[in-house]
Amino acid sequence: MKLYQQKNTLTERRIKADKAADSKVPEGLWVRCPKCHQLLAKAQIDDYGNCPNCGAGMRISARQRLKWLVDDFAEFDQDLHTNNPLHFPNYVEKLEKMEKAAHLNDAVLTGRAQIGDVTFNLGIMDPTVIMGSLGTVTGEKITRLFEDASQNRLPVVLFTASGGARMQEGILSLMQMQKISNAIYEHSQLGLLYLTVLTDPTTGGVTASFAMDGDIILAEPHAMVGFAGRRVIEQTMHTKIPQDLQDAETVLSHGFIDKIVERKDEKALLAKLIKVGGPND
Amino acid sequence: MTKAMEIVKKARSDDKITGRELIAQIFPDFIELHGDRLGSDDPAIIGGLATLNNKAVTVISTDRGHSAQERIARHFGCPTPGGYRKSLRLAKQAAKFHRPIIIFVNTAGAYPGQEAEEQGQGAAIAQNLLQLGNLPVPIITVIFGEGGSGGALALACGDRVLMLTNSTYSVLSPEGFASIMYRDSSKAAQAAEIMQITPESLKKYQVIEEIIPESANHNQTAETVKTVICQQLKELAALTPAELLAKRKQRFRQY
Repeated sequence: MKLYQQKNTLTERRIKADKAADSKVPEGLWVRCPKCHQLLAKAQIDDYGNCPNCGAGMRISARQRLKWLVDDFAEFDQDLHTNNPLHFPNYVEKLEKMEKAAHLNDAVLTGRAQIGDVTFNLGIMDPTVIMGSLGTVTGEKITRLFEDASQNRLPVVLFTASGGARMQEGILSLMQMQKISNAIYEHSQLGLLYLTVLTDPTTGGVTASFAMDGDIILAEPHAMVGFAGRRVIEQTMHTKIPQDLQDAETVLSHGFIDKIVERKDEKALLAKLIKVGGPND
Repeated sequence: MTKAMEIVKKARSDDKITGRELIAQIFPDFIELHGDRLGSDDPAIIGGLATLNNKAVTVISTDRGHSAQERIARHFGCPTPGGYRKSLRLAKQAAKFHRPIIIFVNTAGAYPGQEAEEQGQGAAIAQNLLQLGNLPVPIITVIFGEGGSGGALALACGDRVLMLTNSTYSVLSPEGFASIMYRDSSKAAQAAEIMQITPESLKKYQVIEEIIPESANHNQTAETVKTVICQQLKELAALTPAELLAKRKQRFRQY
């Protein structure tokens, strides 16, 4: 039996070997592009976080994105923290560590933003906090963002980046999808504009709710956008799926995304779309 | 085996009552209506018209099929985007004519296939949450087997969610959860326990309203389901559409 319990595939052994080597390199010196898998020195990467090899926008924290995205920002709900509803062991400790590194409470940054003379409510999901997963606090912050926008008759721009539901919060994570959808519905009924920007990765329950609800849906080049994970699809289908099945460009060709936008162009495009794409009065 | 895992096994059992049985027993005059009007008719979703106490209702159910062939055609009860769009079409029709909507759910989740991705599985579910979840008619969902993730929520976004004794409702299957959280899918029993997926736990978390006792006799179970649905409908019928929507919004706002 021992033979079968051993890590046997080449990839499994490689990962193990890599880990040992990695530990000798000072942390944060190197990063790997999740798209082209090229190993890059951190110094090579510009403020936008684009991979110099393939041009894909790498996964960056909400704060880093905020730096070049808007002219002014007033943050909402900085005091919300999860009460660990399922009493999941080691969860809060893990989350707090990531929150500290990202300078953020939970996996989304929300607030009132300004680009030039355009004012809107802005949410940026942070893939560095438990992979941007949709916990109760993430859900609450996004819901409040819409409720505030409805009250003040403002457009909402939401940057999505998420592995999907927050496993550690179980069914209550799932309920966030509906809670947010209801807030979006109300906002939409008031005739207000909702714009989403899908960034890498936008998957699972986030794709299956607010990511796909935008009046206008933008996406960054090569961002992974999908519902089910590649591994799950391949196990279900018993076959390999095309490498680019969940690339934003493919999803656009199927009719679910309006436009691909590069990070350096986002600020100007958002300002323009909010001016032209919202209520005509 | 943990207690939660026992319920998971029973929820998935081949002896489980089916959507077709529930419909046949509770709605003997059911007329099936097909298609999403967008190019597909997913057999994993049954929908149509019926009467309950002489009042018209729209009925929607997931269907796993019986024979091996039927099961494959239905992706073992995992709806495709077309299935969700069919359910939304029928639900909107129900709202147009002020009919309550009764939904029966037993699905491991939305179908995770290449075609489903290409046809926008995420977008289809999202539209159900947004639109079906905000229709101004009573919506009652009975989860009678598995209630798997967003694929189940897309059919459980209304006023009441009720569950049979031996059913589950969860963010992911215990196997999937164990594979992600413990990197070992064989720890499913442990996962099932911590995930709080049993009707009893879910009622404690106020995710569901009521647990419906289940009998080995399917006719008996269907009769009980019918009694509970009638009772719940009576309560909901007393509300104006505005009150109904306000209460439904509050139902989800609390989480």
